[in-house]
Amino acid sequence: MNRTLYGNLIFELSKKGRRGYSLPTDYDRSHTTAELPEALLRKEPARLPECDELTVVRHYTNLSHNNFGVNDGFYPLGSCTMKYNPVINEEIAGLKAFAGLHPLQPAETCQGALEVYYNLQESLAELAGLSQFTLNPCAGAHGELTGLIVIRAYHESRNEVRTKVLIPDSAHGTNPASAAVCGLEVVEVKSLANGTVDTDHLRQLLSEMGGEVAAMMMTNPNTLGIFETNVLEITEMVHKAGGLMYYDGANLNALLGECRPGDMGFDVMHINLHKTFSTPHGGGGPGSGPVGVRKGLEQFLPMPRVVQIPAEEEGLESFAVDWGTSVSGERGSEIAVGNFFGNFGVMLKAYAYILSLGRENIREVGPLAVLNANYIKERLKDDYLLPIEGLCKHEVVFDGLRDKSTGVTTMDVAKRLLDYGYHAPTIYFPLLFHESLMIEPTENESKETIDAFIDVMHRIAQEAKTDPELVKTAPHNTPIGRVDDVLAAKQAITTFWKVMKE
Amino acid sequence: MALFEEGLLYSESHEYVRVEGEYGYIGISDYAQHALGNVVYVDMPEVDDEVTAGEEFGAVESVKAASDLIAPMSGTVVEVNEALEDKPELLNEDAFGNWIIKVQLSDPSELDALMDAKAYEAHCAE
Repeated sequence: MNRTLYGNLIFELSKKGRRGYSLPTDYDRSHTTAELPEALLRKEPARLPECDELTVVRHYTNLSHNNFGVNDGFYPLGSCTMKYNPVINEEIAGLKAFAGLHPLQPAETCQGALEVYYNLQESLAELAGLSQFTLNPCAGAHGELTGLIVIRAYHESRNEVRTKVLIPDSAHGTNPASAAVCGLEVVEVKSLANGTVDTDHLRQLLSEMGGEVAAMMMTNPNTLGIFETNVLEITEMVHKAGGLMYYDGANLNALLGECRPGDMGFDVMHINLHKTFSTPHGGGGPGSGPVGVRKGLEQFLPMPRVVQIPAEEEGLESFAVDWGTSVSGERGSEIAVGNFFGNFGVMLKAYAYILSLGRENIREVGPLAVLNANYIKERLKDDYLLPIEGLCKHEVVFDGLRDKSTGVTTMDVAKRLLDYGYHAPTIYFPLLFHESLMIEPTENESKETIDAFIDVMHRIAQEAKTDPELVKTAPHNTPIGRVDDVLAAKQAITTFWKVMKE
Repeated sequence: MALFEEGLLYSESHEYVRVEGEYGYIGISDYAQHALGNVVYVDMPEVDDEVTAGEEFGAVESVKAASDLIAPMSGTVVEVNEALEDKPELLNEDAFGNWIIKVQLSDPSELDALMDAKAYEAHCAE
């Protein structure tokens, strides 16, 4: 494909007056605009690029070749759990009987869909060790907000005013952001040198403000991929002070099949289906952030909910939608998040994943993810600085190259990886180290894939010594070389026409 | 290598204050600008705003991360370094020469909690 030509922006390919269609010239357009208020009508035509269809197709096909996804190669983006999205998930979600549903259609006409929905709620509850789940939240951060709303409703129901949320300083940025959006005040809990929660600091905070603490938010393993071995002590301390424990499911993959947040004493949690349960990330489809609660908090879950109606005599059980009135016999909460039931297509994929693995194989997910990460850790720690020794869970954090004298940074290593056909790991996060390089292989990768990646990482460490300029100016084999990220951050240009004007 | 200028007082969160009479010039240390990398934006308070020791008064954004600015001392902002609005990279070029805010200090005893250059250098080496 001629990248030089079709790799241009679609605006640059535009030729005035060129068309990919022809319409009758005597076409009467008045009826298409007649009902619109005058103020909303365009005074001049939209400045759209003008191209013939073949040019458009070549341009976008060219762009699609520049994409990189899990289906193209190893994608060790730490903290993101970029696991493979099995094809069977897409097949199931694409079935007409599912894809054509309307959220308001009568329950008796979509019993199968409601059954899937109900079974996923139940499966997640079992895997998490909690009582019930809502699937309504539309993404992970939306789940965090929903979980905090549930916690707030719980305290309000007890006439308690609790406004503070304890969050470890290693936490992902969405935790404090969600707390702030929920109108709660964030209090930071310090970490120890080994990256885990400083329980002495937590104890001190609880003695100072325990009566005001609504919840503590944690992920386990934490953002550094380290298991919080003091978790039982932590949950007990917070519970004693009257607060609830929130589990951020971001790192659930490490635990899948091994242990459960509910058993660690967590009261509320969210799960990112796009991480742990193999549904697509970001551009691959909408998200889903189911929220689960322990026994005693079910009445605070948002509506609507899908409930099971027990079978009568010889019949089958059936499923119904509880809109918050009294299908389930109890009065539901008045909480609602998002629209209707969340993103059902994503739930189908997650449920297909759970069923295709089955009870036996799902137990292997966590252990294999942890094994892969530790294998990489042990084999790379000769060339890359490992700030926290010992067992990691599903991801490993290095603090850049061991040999800092070459001036080659984590950014340079990440850029050089692109030349070798790998997606870069997460860099400069977590913030606890200056040169963070965070690798999460997931359980999907074969030993051959991981070995090849390790070889390339060693080769880059060698290049940093023998030819540092090569690494500092990488990437060299990609369609676009090193991007000026300072200029991009300072002068973000988001519309092409602005450039043309200037 | 990071510079540690003598005569300034430093906080654990890597801000410095240059005390001149009743005023303090507050900025980020050279060590901090090194750690942050290329600074692309500085979020500053307004003149007459109050700042409190140990509390956030703005933020520095770099290509790597956004970091809160924590006031090393309390007082009233009398001037902000407007040059940083258009040229945040001045912090990378000379962190000590480009203070961020000038504060009329309200409690000089807060100086005692801060570190001198030598103690701060040791803190950074930890």
